[in-house]
Amino acid sequence: MPRIVFLQPDGLTREIEAPAGITLMEAARLNHVAGVVAQCGGACACATCHVYIDPAWLGKLAPLEDMEEGMLETAWEPKANSRLSCQVTITAQLDGLAVSVPQRQGGG
Amino acid sequence: MARKVVLSNGEAIVYDRLLLCLGASSRQLTCTGAELPGVHYLRTMADVPKIQAALKPGARAVIIGGGYIGLETAATARKMGCLVTVLEMADRVMNRVVASNVSEYFAYEHRNHGVHIICNTRVVRLEGTTQVERVVCADGSSYEADLLVVGVGAVANMQLAADAGVKCDNGILVDEYCRTSDPDIFAAGDCTNHPSRHYEMRVRLESVDNAFEQAKTAALNMLDKPTVHDRVPWFWSDQFDNKLLIVGLAQGHDQQVTRGDPALRSFTVCYLKGGELVAVEAINHSKDYMAARKLIAERARPNLDKLADPQIALKDAV
Repeated sequence: MPRIVFLQPDGLTREIEAPAGITLMEAARLNHVAGVVAQCGGACACATCHVYIDPAWLGKLAPLEDMEEGMLETAWEPKANSRLSCQVTITAQLDGLAVSVPQRQGGG
Repeated sequence: MARKVVLSNGEAIVYDRLLLCLGASSRQLTCTGAELPGVHYLRTMADVPKIQAALKPGARAVIIGGGYIGLETAATARKMGCLVTVLEMADRVMNRVVASNVSEYFAYEHRNHGVHIICNTRVVRLEGTTQVERVVCADGSSYEADLLVVGVGAVANMQLAADAGVKCDNGILVDEYCRTSDPDIFAAGDCTNHPSRHYEMRVRLESVDNAFEQAKTAALNMLDKPTVHDRVPWFWSDQFDNKLLIVGLAQGHDQQVTRGDPALRSFTVCYLKGGELVAVEAINHSKDYMAARKLIAERARPNLDKLADPQIALKDAV
């Protein structure tokens, strides 16, 4: 199974394994990774599963779609490597993916 | 006060402070035939497999109620190959929750996908021998059905609270600290009727954000950390490939501005009250929605010309 490394807002690193096919958000929630809230359950409607992807891995992810891009624009401290983890599907190519979780979630 | 919770097995649990998170239930049909097999409600995960099993290609699915639940179910049933009819009592779908041009847009989208939407119709009885076969309306029209999904609203679960002497009125009445009329009992989520400072009125919300945030606030107050619950609520609905994103409460608005053109499948309806932005309905437009969450919370007063111009980002319309 692909391994994913999360850097949590508390500074702790969590290495988890997740099956290909589920989303990065689901993998984080299943493994109780701190800071990934995912209030809407993966509907791309709340921007509370925001993460920063290690830039080295960005190119291996399916590209941003308009809906996700719009959600990220006013998320908490968006960066060029921001993604909503509910919109990133885990694949075999993402084995070793490094992700960091922002200090806060949500817009407004 | 006894300060005791008694369980169905007779066991009793003594509490110092109690939190009621009772949720809401689907409003039930009461007409003749309502108890027939084949009549479904969608409320919890447990309801899903039963409905899923009945949504066979070619099955005639009749949906009672053209609100969120009804229309989302209609879209899913249609995608699974069912013949779908939606019966709505009001003159337009989602009439309680969105502007009329948003209703029109979604009705068009559904009809375009082959869903039959019939408004201004009232169901009077269900017919069938061993299971539901037909829905009969007040005007005498009837619709053959292999299955029925009822989405006619939700009612707060408050009986337990009422039986304990806690004051209820369209939900368990709580103050902004999530405290009920009994100082040792708190409540959170869909079961509550709570004050909104932002909107200066009492509200009962069916919203996941409210459930999350009110629960957190209730927990803090139960630990004697006084915290006010005051959120601008938000909601969403996925129907076919459309995403409806709503933030705020439009009640009492005195002005309405539409940004963009529904024909382009992406537009936003803004509501103002005394010049202040109070609610936004964004159709396939997450940028406007996220900007609105911020603006409404900040009590922004947008410039109307900028607001009406979809070329100007909503966040820059102040």
